[in-house]
Amino acid sequence: MSFVVVQALTGLADAASLFLVAVGLSLVFGVSRIVNFAHGSFYMLGAYAAYSASAAVGGGLLGFVAGAATATAALAGLGLVVEVGLLRRLYAAPELLQLVATFAVVLLVQDLALAVWGPEDLLLPRVPALSEPIIVLGHRLPLYDFVLIALGPLVLAGLWLLLSRTRWGILIRAATEDREMVAALGIDQRWLFTSVFCLGAALAGLGGAIHLPREPANLMMDLGIIAEAFVVVVVGGMGSMAGAYLAAVLIAELRAFGIVLFPEITLVLLFAVMAVILVVRPYGLLGRPDVAGPQPSSFDPHPASAARQGLRLAIVAGLVGLVAVPLFAGGFTLQVMSEIFIFALFAASLQFILGIGGMISFGHAAYFGLGAYGAALAVHHLNASMPLALIAAPLVGGLGALVYGWFCVRLSGVYMAMLTLAFAQITWSVAFQWYDFTGGDNGILGVWPAPWAASPSAFYYLSLAVVTIAIWLLRRISAAPFGFALRAGRDAGDRAEALGVDVRRQRWLAFSVAGAAAATGGGLYAFLKGSVFPDVLAIPMSVDGLVMVLLGGIDRALGPLVGAATFTGLKITISSATDLWRSLLGGIIIAVVLIFPRGILGTVGGQRRGGAK
Amino acid sequence: MLSVHGLETCYGSAQALFGVDLEVADGEVMALLGRNGAGKSTLLKSIIGLVHPAAGSIVFAGEEIAGDPTHRISRHGIGYVPEERRIFTGLSVAENLAVGRRPPGGSGAGWTAERIYELFPPLSAMRRRRGGAMSGGEQQMLAIARTLMGNPRMILLDEPSQGLAPRVVTALANALEGLKRQGMTVLLSEQNVRFAERLADRATVLETGQVRWVGTMAAFAADIEAQHDLLHV
Repeated sequence: MSFVVVQALTGLADAASLFLVAVGLSLVFGVSRIVNFAHGSFYMLGAYAAYSASAAVGGGLLGFVAGAATATAALAGLGLVVEVGLLRRLYAAPELLQLVATFAVVLLVQDLALAVWGPEDLLLPRVPALSEPIIVLGHRLPLYDFVLIALGPLVLAGLWLLLSRTRWGILIRAATEDREMVAALGIDQRWLFTSVFCLGAALAGLGGAIHLPREPANLMMDLGIIAEAFVVVVVGGMGSMAGAYLAAVLIAELRAFGIVLFPEITLVLLFAVMAVILVVRPYGLLGRPDVAGPQPSSFDPHPASAARQGLRLAIVAGLVGLVAVPLFAGGFTLQVMSEIFIFALFAASLQFILGIGGMISFGHAAYFGLGAYGAALAVHHLNASMPLALIAAPLVGGLGALVYGWFCVRLSGVYMAMLTLAFAQITWSVAFQWYDFTGGDNGILGVWPAPWAASPSAFYYLSLAVVTIAIWLLRRISAAPFGFALRAGRDAGDRAEALGVDVRRQRWLAFSVAGAAAATGGGLYAFLKGSVFPDVLAIPMSVDGLVMVLLGGIDRALGPLVGAATFTGLKITISSATDLWRSLLGGIIIAVVLIFPRGILGTVGGQRRGGAK
Repeated sequence: MLSVHGLETCYGSAQALFGVDLEVADGEVMALLGRNGAGKSTLLKSIIGLVHPAAGSIVFAGEEIAGDPTHRISRHGIGYVPEERRIFTGLSVAENLAVGRRPPGGSGAGWTAERIYELFPPLSAMRRRRGGAMSGGEQQMLAIARTLMGNPRMILLDEPSQGLAPRVVTALANALEGLKRQGMTVLLSEQNVRFAERLADRATVLETGQVRWVGTMAAFAADIEAQHDLLHV
């Protein structure tokens, strides 16, 4: 009994910082409809800022308080800079670009934090006043846990008062429902957006600061917390503060008990609970159906997708040219080009669900990575031959997409983006933590191609053939009745349903096909590199794929290839020239998004229909 | 007070207004009539800035407002009551009014919640009710009331009688007549000629994005042929 109480208290204390991050994310989304990927980075910066401020005043209780205050204020300031400098220009852009742009901030902050605070974990020196033990049923719990337990409900109550009792709060709630109408009543929304974003950033900063006494500040905090915060927001119900608190407590409690009772399957447990909640309550525990409804996709304005005659000729000529490349290119070039082909397939599979299906996936690397791991594990544990391993890849990735997709296709827009990301992060954690099976962060080595495919030119031809066939299949599916039904579901789900299209099923199938296609590329990738590491499943890999699709053009037949080639070329050039490739990539993303605020192709292909949505 | 000249508005590549001219004098109720798709709502949205006109000018109280952001146009003294009413369903009646509240620009007492409740007595009994839990007629009253709280010099009403029961329409007309007596300038988009007739001094009739008829409301109400041609009634 006492064990249950103590674990429950620990869980409650854990929930505090998670709640602060999630509730800020939810508030910002409610008003501005932007999912701020950089929210986890604000949390991380909060922890670092608190560390430095605390050290500056000599630690102790004063240091802790000064740290928390500094983190809150500094992040509110940074929020101001980010909102005015970047987000303000993006409110009219498609969701996908908004998400990618805020991810660029994640990249910039990572380099910034590395430059300022270095790669080492920074542990706040013990604060005696906070670690004063309190005896609960014979167990010693630090006083600080009780501070945290009280803090969550306090912040919740404070926010509730702010939103229900102040004019600012009433305006925020009104703007969450109907921004246009708020403007028509004479209210300048810009300062509403800015202020709510600053509040959200400040809460994230405070969240980081209060977490510091429990865990050291480190460079992996940002993506770790953002994935959990997404889960909390989706489970709790978007826009519901009480829901965010409930979900944060639920997740933290599951972790607290899971780690003690079933350490191996804690993540699976988390996953299972989330799954059950989303099936029973698709909008989360306390969420209501999205008032704004599904956003019409601004992509792929022209339904005809069968390649035009001229394009076909160009493709055939291009293929002939590619077949001739090994006659004069060296081994390194061939390897780089094989990699480009593989990424082209990855990007094409993502383009398929984004463009045709209108589904935003922020965790597509999960399927690429599952393919890579599927192939590598088949070789490592089963001594499978290369062809068998390459067949295993799409099976594993497709199965993963089938399972995850079953949940993901129930949501749309940013909700779906968050859920796909959460699944990818869970998969990454499994690969990262399950040492016995996946080798953890040591990865799996020695995944070499069979002798017949070992030479760079042989592997080049293999990649070219597999990728060409897979992309051709994807395009074939896009132009088939299935593809048209998928588009119908994307553009007008209700009407497509009324015409007898099972929209959810179509989306599910498409998601699975895309997963299998990405996994095919992942299998090749494992053999190209001779090894697999958890990185292939991680969020940055998913974002790389999105950037490739955006660079190449979301509705262009050759987009994935062009995007993959441009991106890989840039990455190789930049990372050989500087350590700051993340910053540069972030800068490139922001530049692309700001120069083409309506989407690269929207700018070229036609204007959005009138009126701000 | 409001003069619109050569207004053209497009939705993407589809043009909805083709050179619309419109004059509304101070203290006047102008009816804007026309069938579905004639461009009435688009004209009102263009004036308030929710859609941006491609060409033409909109001068309100001596100032050019075409192309300004919506909130600034609203602050010039134009109130907008949309067709769908668009009250904030999660907010209470009192909160809805609070969102609209804006002190009067010049002298004068201005609208207060108490004066609003006098004009729309049913609202007074449901100050704490959520907007989403109100009937269509009550929502319409609240939508107008919310706009009045900003002390506009002119209001744009988009089909206020649409979808309301006859008894509610009568109550609404009474309230609007009260507003008119207080000297409010109104641009009233309507399909219901009888409703417009009770309130309007003059009428402008739109068809496929162009002005087809301008004159006194009484003259249009008497002209059965014009009504048949332009409204198909």
